[in-house]
Amino acid sequence: MLNNNTAGVATLKRLALTVNGKPWQFEVDIRETLLDVLRNRLQFTGVKQGCAVGECGACTVLIDGTPVNSCIYLAVWADGKTVTTIEGIERDGELSEVQLAFVEEGAIQCGFCTPGLVLSTTALLDSGRTFTEAEIRRELSGHLCRCTGYQKIVDAAVRVLPPAVG
Amino acid sequence: MFNISVLREPESIEAAVELLHGDAGLRIIAGGTDVLIRIQHGAEGWTELLSLRRIKELEEISLREDGTLVIGATATFARIFQDAAIRRHLPSLAEAAVSMGGPQIRNVATIGGNICNGAVSGDSASTLLALDALLRLESLDAERVIPIREFYAGPGKVKLMPSEILTAILIPRDSYQGTGGHYIKFAMRKAMDIATLGVSALCRVRDGRFQDLRIGLGVAAPVPIRCLEAEAYAKGREITSASLSAIGGLAVQASRARTSWRASKDYREHLIQVLTERAVAEAAKRAGDPHAE
Repeated sequence: MLNNNTAGVATLKRLALTVNGKPWQFEVDIRETLLDVLRNRLQFTGVKQGCAVGECGACTVLIDGTPVNSCIYLAVWADGKTVTTIEGIERDGELSEVQLAFVEEGAIQCGFCTPGLVLSTTALLDSGRTFTEAEIRRELSGHLCRCTGYQKIVDAAVRVLPPAVG
Repeated sequence: MFNISVLREPESIEAAVELLHGDAGLRIIAGGTDVLIRIQHGAEGWTELLSLRRIKELEEISLREDGTLVIGATATFARIFQDAAIRRHLPSLAEAAVSMGGPQIRNVATIGGNICNGAVSGDSASTLLALDALLRLESLDAERVIPIREFYAGPGKVKLMPSEILTAILIPRDSYQGTGGHYIKFAMRKAMDIATLGVSALCRVRDGRFQDLRIGLGVAAPVPIRCLEAEAYAKGREITSASLSAIGGLAVQASRARTSWRASKDYREHLIQVLTERAVAEAAKRAGDPHAE
């Protein structure tokens, strides 16, 4: 499965990280993205590969609570970090507040952009800050929805995030 | 999977410059949002990487006692946008920072990377030029501090020596105190887009006249530029729609815009005229604000 680099050598580094509350330790190839490792090694397939160049946001995960595109993030950089994927968002089999808002507002069409958007919205909620609609649009702007269902996505975020005046 | 054969991850600047000194093949990676894509696209010469990500001291943003703002080279755009001292003293840099990419990119991409990749469209460039920012470049046995204006060498090219690391961006108090600033990014989309044109204006105002004015332009020439003729014209001049229009015209003269698939030369020149006027007018308004420092 490993493609050879020009040197033809797989350079392995030890990685210790927490994913969705569970600690992991294993060796990764320095050439692997965090996206590769989360999907192929750990089977968190809720992390989607879209553009693979950091434009579309489908591969967004939270690293220490911050949204990051895992397709342009080396797996070794996640050493010592806490990673959350969409699989780590529900609690005891119940959908989170953000997930419920997306369901209730009908903010999901094909669903490919949904995991990333739910994670970015969760990070906004966890920040404890308040948001104007303009700020919400700005903070979700790193996600492309090719079904173009943006209005309902914004509605879901407005529903779940504390409003700011302005 | 990226074509990488070596990844060095030093934890201090000293260790990093030593590694760089000993291995001419090493290329620097910070946030990775440009470099990894370059590698993805098959660029040559990027198989041995020196990562700056574990060097904590490079991420710091601080206000020195003498009023100099020191921005570590690997400070992310998100951090710059959120930093209290930057928002207070360099609001146009905060505006530039939040205009770059999208949130996930801003959480990772670094200001030092934005400068060192030499992109003429880099969102930080025009504002740092207007601010007369200084760059601290360190190598194993030397350190130099140069004005950012002397750093750009051509499209995608900067005067960073192979043994050097950009460690900090310095903005002395004299560069920002009492100024008002404004950055305008013009692009086809409001997010996740490369600038068609970037204009950053910074000025001091007294009694309705410009005391001084500095204008930085991105994507108006092969490298980010200042508009020195426009700046000289503005000094001491009354702020009127006629003087703003003349400043815009002089900015067009300073430019060397070209036609690309994003925009024609004519359209870019129109943008330079109009957006320079707007950026300068807003900067002047802010400079007149008693809360501005």
